[in-house]
Amino acid sequence: MDFDDTPAEAAFRAEVHTWLAENAGPARKDRADNLGLGIGGTGLTEAKAWQAKKAAKGYARVTWPTEFGGLGGTSIQQVIYNQEEAKFDVPPGQIFSIGLGMCLPTLMAYASKDTSARYVGPALRGEEIWCQLFSEPAAGSDVAGLRMRAESDGTDWIVNGQKIWTSGAHYSDYGLLLARTDWNAPKHRGLTMFFLSMRSSGIEIRPIRQASGGSNFNEVFFSDVRIPDSQRLGEAGQGWTVALTTLMHERLAVGGGLGGGLDVKELLALARELELEDGPALKNAAVRERIADWYVRSAGLKYTTYRTLTALSRGQQPGPEASIAKIVVAAKLQDLCAFATELEGEAGALKGDDAPAHGAFQLGWMSAPGLRIAGGTDEILRNIIAERVLGLPPDVRVDKDVPFNKLAGGR
Amino acid sequence: MNFDFSEDQKLLREQARRLLAEKCPAKAVRAVVEGEAGYDSDLWKSIAGMGWLGTAIPEVYGGHGLGALDLCVIAEELGRVLAPLPFSSTVCVFAEALLMVGNEEQKQLLLPKVAAGTLIGTFARAEEIGAVTPRATRTRFHGGKLSGTKVPVADGMDAQFAIVLARTGEEPGERALSLALVDLAANGVRRRRLDSIDPSCGHASITFDDTTAEPLGRQGDGWQLTRRVLDRAAVLMAFEQVGGADACLAMAKDYALTRHAFGRAIGSFQAMKHKLADMYIANELARSNAWYGAWALSTDARELPLAAAAARISAIQAFDFAANENVQTHGGIGFTWDADCHLFQKRARALALALGPQRVWKDRLVTELELSNAA
Repeated sequence: MDFDDTPAEAAFRAEVHTWLAENAGPARKDRADNLGLGIGGTGLTEAKAWQAKKAAKGYARVTWPTEFGGLGGTSIQQVIYNQEEAKFDVPPGQIFSIGLGMCLPTLMAYASKDTSARYVGPALRGEEIWCQLFSEPAAGSDVAGLRMRAESDGTDWIVNGQKIWTSGAHYSDYGLLLARTDWNAPKHRGLTMFFLSMRSSGIEIRPIRQASGGSNFNEVFFSDVRIPDSQRLGEAGQGWTVALTTLMHERLAVGGGLGGGLDVKELLALARELELEDGPALKNAAVRERIADWYVRSAGLKYTTYRTLTALSRGQQPGPEASIAKIVVAAKLQDLCAFATELEGEAGALKGDDAPAHGAFQLGWMSAPGLRIAGGTDEILRNIIAERVLGLPPDVRVDKDVPFNKLAGGR
Repeated sequence: MNFDFSEDQKLLREQARRLLAEKCPAKAVRAVVEGEAGYDSDLWKSIAGMGWLGTAIPEVYGGHGLGALDLCVIAEELGRVLAPLPFSSTVCVFAEALLMVGNEEQKQLLLPKVAAGTLIGTFARAEEIGAVTPRATRTRFHGGKLSGTKVPVADGMDAQFAIVLARTGEEPGERALSLALVDLAANGVRRRRLDSIDPSCGHASITFDDTTAEPLGRQGDGWQLTRRVLDRAAVLMAFEQVGGADACLAMAKDYALTRHAFGRAIGSFQAMKHKLADMYIANELARSNAWYGAWALSTDARELPLAAAAARISAIQAFDFAANENVQTHGGIGFTWDADCHLFQKRARALALALGPQRVWKDRLVTELELSNAA
């Protein structure tokens, strides 16, 4: 039992580190503004430029084959690259992660080699950004219940309806779209997957203002948008199977990054500075008890990640333990930030630079509800653990075999 | 990154699991819980025969000289079956303390007997209800004689030897405390069996009246040594707890799959799924913390106090939660004496209190965080 790199891993880490030292910005300091969901629209040019640099070296997607512009590396090498990159002040790469992590692998699995080749390179170099158009106002956790209508006129598909929670739609060039093409089929069997230009005529994008104040999501409205049949991925009616490919590629957040860097360390720093009614906050028994509770969760997750990395290092599939991360992180972020505001007393009600610690805990607290929803709600993630890890039976699905247009709310 | 047990240790785990499934079914636990014996002496002999008691004891003292990691593996499997044995008191506390601080003669005399399964040992710290503190430690150890009452002492009725935290000085503070090693067959020892929530983790009150004892470690080091002993024991016990917590989750899952209500297996209801998912989450966090503790223990890392506290708190939380919710998953039948749920529930609480409650460990954990951040 040890935490060391294998010799090959150490060599790769050194190689990556050297390249980053020569090409990236200076070493990173802790950034309180880097809060999980807080990906702004600014810095797009910088992010694209950095992505292009990485792509030229093969680091944009370490695990992809070299013919697609990757490094042909292993999952653990990708993790090592991410760990090393996190030590430098580089533009955030999250804006490319939906495309490279989910959309393009789907394209590579279902589109022709020529079509894949046309899109993979530009995406890898950050020239073209992709978004994922699955969720709808009435189809969130139950995404197979979506109602976006796509009808064939013999050559093209005519698409009407609304998508929502589309991250980055406003700066995306292409989108992966799941729509309903057969309303007489049960919900999972009437879907078809497409890709399209986000500049297509008939698309209107409206930002959603989040409760935290930021705007990272959009509503996307489709009015008679035409998609050539050549941009269909998989057979008509097989969209759900294709979507499962996409979702399977949704990478586990290996190596942390969730929770915006607000954790026990930051709470300790705050508690060290603040005075409570009975003296320093860090000497208060109730404060110490809460800190310990969050610490064991944080540490537990950290060492769970080490277990996952061990599997990756051996070229094995990670075990199911990696599935617990987001549930734990999101709840901890919410509780820890709320507690921090309590320590701050009435000044805890302030935010931004008027608040202690530049409002980091207030921002974390305002963002936490979104983190508990994005990428699978607490409830859905618990269902997944129960069904896929523990093997409990799936929920009763009353709508599973009923034609979609016969369902209550189906039309 | 190689954060895992070795192939040999995994084989040991499989071997232990197989043997214990056979030798320690629930009815063996029940026999101790409902009977007069303080532990299952046949099982004790079996695992001594397997060499498990001497896992981490060096070969020169009759053990196998394997590392702490192997001992962790065994502790987890014993915890899984609620083995009604004085394992923790004897192997994880008594023997570890002797190895840490015993002189050559003490080690030569006692460790081979621990390894052979012919000696049960314990560590007597508490003296009254409430916190174990230097001030609350009144038992005196002067001129080789021990006087005072220790209560409760884990496995105190069955132990032949005890390590006793005792007062050797009059000044306030921890430097007035030392450890004494005492043969419980010596003159002036009176023992009384105490009723425990988990009779398979029994307790005694032990009174010493001018009883001959010998020092263990240096005078004035008693408190600090106690902490170090407890750190090591906490990691090992965390494995026992994780094993128990896993067993509770497995029981709850099996029941949720077979029990039908409202026309469905109850495991198909989200209320049950989420409960079981939460058990899984707590168990995995506890397992990862325990593993890190095992690493710190096996390498004698300076992170051990922090790692041990985290492992212990996490394991207490997981086992308590899993054991309690396993009862609830079973519904009314889970609250009957005949169902095994309560055996786990009581063991969970017993282990949560042995080695000191969460509150104390949480305070220690934050103290360690303060120290590590100051460094």
